[in-house]
Amino acid sequence: MALDVLYFAWLRERIGQPRERVETQARTVRELVAELAAMDEWHAAALADLTAVRIAVDQELADLDASLEGVREVAFFPPMTGG
Amino acid sequence: MTARVQSVPFDLGAELAGFGAGAGAVVSFSGLVRDEDGRLVALEIEHYPGMTEKALQAYGEQAAQRFGLTGWRIIHRFGRLEVGEQIMMVATAARHRKAAFEAAEYLMDWLKSRAPFWKREIGPDGPGDWVEAKAEDEDALSRW
Repeated sequence: MALDVLYFAWLRERIGQPRERVETQARTVRELVAELAAMDEWHAAALADLTAVRIAVDQELADLDASLEGVREVAFFPPMTGG
Repeated sequence: MTARVQSVPFDLGAELAGFGAGAGAVVSFSGLVRDEDGRLVALEIEHYPGMTEKALQAYGEQAAQRFGLTGWRIIHRFGRLEVGEQIMMVATAARHRKAAFEAAEYLMDWLKSRAPFWKREIGPDGPGDWVEAKAEDEDALSRW
């Protein structure tokens, strides 16, 4: 299936693009992270420390075990600093 | 009962004029860009279009239900904001002050660490570090 993967803040900078379309067989976010990290050194570096990464699946906060079934968009970003 | 995400400034007075009519208590909070003892000239605020609007609406509705609000408003800006500029505001209206104060604090705690915004410092020499999330902001959520 095809997914839109979005990156924000320093993840966007390290990966070098704000979004990309990926073909994936991943069933969970954790499996998607493994596929992305294997793409190149920039993805690997950005996703190396997952304690510093937050996740949204179809624009709802989610965790690494979230299912990707029927999902269109996954986003990775640092802990949020709003307010 | 509205949430807005915008780059342009807002007029706090105009936003509060008539807000909460019929309620007994209105509380508002607005956050400004700090100068950090002269280290900063501005902040650049990035957000996640689409998710941001949904998250702010959801947090507003949660606050309304939990504290029995008769009205609420959230405005959060993005883009480059100079020192002293407004970043955001929340306003809450309720029958009594305790609910209005508590709901405003609840909303601020959620916005701080669960609304998809990221701040980057801009100093006299240009863009600097991304602002790191504070453990105390994360801890603040646990009291709700």
